[in-house]
Amino acid sequence: MTLLQDIGALAEIYDVAIVGAGPAGMAAAVTARAQGLSVVVLDRGFAAGGQIYRGLGNSPLAGRRDLLGPDYWKGEALLDDFLGCGADALHQASVWYLDASRCLGVSQGGAARIIAPRHVILATGAMERPMPIPGWDLPGVMTAGAAQILLKTSALVASDAVLVGDGPLLWLLAAQYLAAGVPPKALITTTPRRRLAQVAGAIPGFLASPYAAKGLALLWRVRRQVRVLDGSGGVEIRQHAGRLQVRHHGGAEEIGADHVLLHQGVVPEVNLARAAGCPMVWQATSGCWAPQVDAWGNTGLTGIAVAGDGAGIRGAEAAAVAGRLAAREATRALGVITGAVRDAQSAADIRALRRLQRGRDFLDRLFAPSPSQRAGSPEAMACRCEEVTGATLRRAVAETRAAGPNQLKAYTRCGMGPCQGRLCGLTVGEVLAQHQGRSPAEVGYFRLRPPVFPLSLAEMASMPTLEEEEGRANRP
Amino acid sequence: MFRRLSDTGEAMLPFTLDGLPAEGRAGDTVAAALLALGHLACRHSAVGGVERGPYCMMGLCFDCLVEIDGQGNRQGCLTLLRPGMAIRLQPGRRALGQ
Ligand code: FES
Repeated sequence: MTLLQDIGALAEIYDVAIVGAGPAGMAAAVTARAQGLSVVVLDRGFAAGGQIYRGLGNSPLAGRRDLLGPDYWKGEALLDDFLGCGADALHQASVWYLDASRCLGVSQGGAARIIAPRHVILATGAMERPMPIPGWDLPGVMTAGAAQILLKTSALVASDAVLVGDGPLLWLLAAQYLAAGVPPKALITTTPRRRLAQVAGAIPGFLASPYAAKGLALLWRVRRQVRVLDGSGGVEIRQHAGRLQVRHHGGAEEIGADHVLLHQGVVPEVNLARAAGCPMVWQATSGCWAPQVDAWGNTGLTGIAVAGDGAGIRGAEAAAVAGRLAAREATRALGVITGAVRDAQSAADIRALRRLQRGRDFLDRLFAPSPSQRAGSPEAMACRCEEVTGATLRRAVAETRAAGPNQLKAYTRCGMGPCQGRLCGLTVGEVLAQHQGRSPAEVGYFRLRPPVFPLSLAEMASMPTLEEEEGRANRP
Repeated sequence: MFRRLSDTGEAMLPFTLDGLPAEGRAGDTVAAALLALGHLACRHSAVGGVERGPYCMMGLCFDCLVEIDGQGNRQGCLTLLRPGMAIRLQPGRRALGQ
């Protein structure tokens, strides 16, 4: 890998531009390079790894490998391959524009450029599902993923923390805090109690999956050592005397804490794919949007693929496999190998993906937030940026008969802030869907326009004109 | 409070916070360094003027905005702490782009 120092060091033309250096992006780069393609990886992080392998190359916890667990360190082999693969990499770079003709806008270090790669693989990964409960916007309330990032990169552990929500990541965080010797004060699960019985049919499939043994052991370890309060709906957080107070089970008890760490699953981070115009599909089981892709990650736009959790949540290992598949397909599309060669090279990966898919259905269904959890509480901030509450949203839906998210955005400003709807879009869709008795698929989503990340005036002004870019490209 | 697992041995990085001397560790983002010092809030929100602090730590929520070396509205979670940085919490209402 060649680390590019600034945006000016980007070459004029690449065979493949990969957005994101998590498992899917790294694996795609390694595979595309092995086929002889020129590759650039554009990544928002400080170094390769994405969020799941964040800080892997220089973790302060390298001397305490037990703490983060084996799944984290498993990423080292892939990271090593990536660092040695010969791709260009530009970190701390935001890709804020992409269109169907594969013009790609990137900014870094206060400067911006448009490049035109021959093929694009989006490996933008996942983000945590918004969890609009009252008080989720208070200082001291963060996502479980945020707490994990602090642990991986700065060896910071929140003491006096209450964990709220459900899903593998929340339990993993509890286990990591236990291993660090700083157990959480309590873990309040929010999955409805009846859920396990409802998804019982998927249990045999799960037990045969690679996740079962690991997951159950972890669950058992946490349950033995942490106070777990099961099945609470209506969790509320308020600030009192400089501390956070967590009410649960309809006010049955209030727990004081310095930190509250929230999690109700992860969803694909799809703003770039959506703004580029990739056709999207609603994934009903997991309750999220994803770009429509085929087995190779091809979207509806020629030469633009999506690999990894950004195309639907399947986890880090599956993301790496999907990255390799997308890279081989890019190689085929660019005329370097035939379809038959691509298929032959990919047979083992396709089998691996099938194995990794086993058991996911159970996890998706077990931990899926209920409709009311997805729509959020009326008392909670639905849109954190513009400070629009769930109640305001519902009033606007009822009074204005807004047909879709875009009208609602115009009426309430919900979704107009710098996060570009990432933390309210799913909530808005659910509120509308439930009011109108339709599915979120029918309601649709915000129309996103570039830039998908805010661009400063200085960055815009720094952009070379089209003539200058063409001049560069035509230079021998 | 955030507790720093003690055995990690990173270099200390001096910076100033609202003009006063402060310290973080090599590898910290600005947001992480402030959290480690106990500053859970780093700004007041633009609309309601209420306290906000880092929420996602991965560049998506924009609740970690601070002033760094005279430049406002920088995402603390996407900025690595460097020695000598002058960091200010963003008090009061401040519209984005201001
Ligand atoms: S904490 Fe969310 S953008 Fe920085």
